[in-house]
Amino acid sequence: MLTLTHYLVLAAALFSISVLGIFLNRKNVIVLLMAIELMLLAVNFNFIAFSHYLSDTAGQIFVFFILTVAAAESAIGLAILVVLFRNQRSINVEDLGSLKG
Amino acid sequence: MSFTMIVFYVLSAILLFSAFRVITAKNPVHAALWLVLAFFTSAGHWLLLEAEFLAISLVLVYVGAVMVLFLFVVMMLDINVEQLREGFWRHFPLAATVGLIMAAEMALILAAPETRLADYAPAAPLAADASNVKQLGLEIYTTYLMPFELAAVLLLLAIVAAIALTQRERKDGKYVDPARQVEVKAADRVRVVKMDAVREEAPQTEAADAAQSQ
Repeated sequence: MLTLTHYLVLAAALFSISVLGIFLNRKNVIVLLMAIELMLLAVNFNFIAFSHYLSDTAGQIFVFFILTVAAAESAIGLAILVVLFRNQRSINVEDLGSLKG
Repeated sequence: MSFTMIVFYVLSAILLFSAFRVITAKNPVHAALWLVLAFFTSAGHWLLLEAEFLAISLVLVYVGAVMVLFLFVVMMLDINVEQLREGFWRHFPLAATVGLIMAAEMALILAAPETRLADYAPAAPLAADASNVKQLGLEIYTTYLMPFELAAVLLLLAIVAAIALTQRERKDGKYVDPARQVEVKAADRVRVVKMDAVREEAPQTEAADAAQSQ
């Protein structure tokens, strides 16, 4: 029988994998964005699982909004990436020191 | 083991494997394609959880739009993969430690008796004519109307921002900028110079001088 724990463990594993991805791909901005998308997916999993097991639609509505924000975030992130590549000819995070902040 | 359990485990295995391939794939195009598989598999999971509307919108919005955008960008950029892969596994021990600690922490909380996850009894399956879309729509257009409108504004903002960021002016363009046209003052176009009148003297040739002296 499927329980809430099944889904929470799955989401936790997914989240850990994406944290691992952020560590490993610290130079590649594109894969960093993909890892962030995976993290949001794991969070959405928790929301939907709780929404199902509590019989409350509020969780699904939150997922709806998270999807909206994530779509906007990836669109703007990719736009920044394109501008970055146009100026630097590379998407390496280590080349982003031009501001010397 | 019931059929839904088998579906759950198969989908979970595919999801975790594709997520792992997303972060380890050499080629970013392959990573994007594995991410498509991960999203598609999660849509299957969400169908199991009776969130039909979100499952379909995940496929439409993510697989159909966001991932295509990712693929566009990845293929458009000429990326030096070798340079980006340098030292890929160097931080793996640290990363694996952090990841495992996080997973262990979450497992501890989930397994703690005080969390009482077992109390969440599996919900009874919805009736055959129950509509997830109708339920969500009722909530969104009544209780969550304001956040819904704000989400629409946010999307508009994202459109404008993405276009404004990536647009660049053509160097050989001949278009006029109305704002700059309106700003022009007469003084920018014509300069009025105040100066004394210049009287030109009659030319005096040597022949005329000679006639005068006689």
